[in-house]
Amino acid sequence: MRFGVVVFPGSNCDHDCHYVIKSVLGQDVDYVWHGSTDVAGYDCLVLPGGFSYGDYLRTGAVAKFSPVMKAVAKHADSGGLVIGICNGFQILLEAGLLPGAIMRNVGLKFICRFVDVRVETTSTPWTSAAHQGQVLRIPIAHNEGNYQVPPDVLVEMKRKGQIVLRYCSLEGSVLPEFNPNGATESIAGICSAGGQRAGHDAPPGARVRGRARLSGRHGDLEVAARPLRRVAARPETGEPSARRFSRPHRLFA
Amino acid sequence: MARAKVYITLKEGILDPQGKTVLRALKSLGYDEVGDVRVGKYMVLELDGTDKARLEERLGQMTEQLLANPIIENYQMEVEI
Repeated sequence: MRFGVVVFPGSNCDHDCHYVIKSVLGQDVDYVWHGSTDVAGYDCLVLPGGFSYGDYLRTGAVAKFSPVMKAVAKHADSGGLVIGICNGFQILLEAGLLPGAIMRNVGLKFICRFVDVRVETTSTPWTSAAHQGQVLRIPIAHNEGNYQVPPDVLVEMKRKGQIVLRYCSLEGSVLPEFNPNGATESIAGICSAGGQRAGHDAPPGARVRGRARLSGRHGDLEVAARPLRRVAARPETGEPSARRFSRPHRLFA
Repeated sequence: MARAKVYITLKEGILDPQGKTVLRALKSLGYDEVGDVRVGKYMVLELDGTDKARLEERLGQMTEQLLANPIIENYQMEVEI
């Protein structure tokens, strides 16, 4: 499988993604500059985390007009795989390739810590190696991770199985106190109706080390899920269970 | 040269974390009369042209396409020739 990691001015998790794909998953990978208009030959495009265009105006708002985004949309339309992580997720939302929008975290703080997320569907290329309801421990590092979507769109997304990950307790309970950023219904990751396009709020920065340490088998499609599964499957280390958050919120009245 | 003003606010029903924080700060300063605070954006653009209707139409396109995110934000605009 051949991967392309799209590099925007201000991306800063591009090297992490490149490293994971090449050294952990053992797959072919290139950097794709944001000015590129041709992404032919790639099976999967990765939009990494960072601060594209300085996060000016809104996160991802300027990056969506980068020349490469037309090629990304075309790739997605023809069934190609696209994953956006953190800022990459925000760009996919702004570009309309995934539904909803991202706002600043409730509490206005940049959050950098491990969280637990529950796998809500395994019918996507990204989570097919996980099992339904599995709890994955992943790091988040974002100031804007507060996923918002109008209620009518959310109903449709649920019907089509587009909710992929939800913030939860160590035991897998989705409760407001385990929602770190105020995201609608604790949503941490979503996908398109067909599953080919996905986005989640967890930049791979801290995760890279975990992935590298746990490498051994070669991944296939599960650029996110397979390494995550390994992380999740490691023996209990006695880490403290998920911290509780003080302020539950519903953003859409 | 025309001048345009664009006001962007979060839609009703969407929680505004910044507004809530400002509200709490005002309350803590003793401004008890404040009921709610919503924080938005204000932009000033200089535009070439004298056809107001045309400029308003173009500005509307700019706002829909880039300046605001219609999923979470509303906007108002004014064009002064």
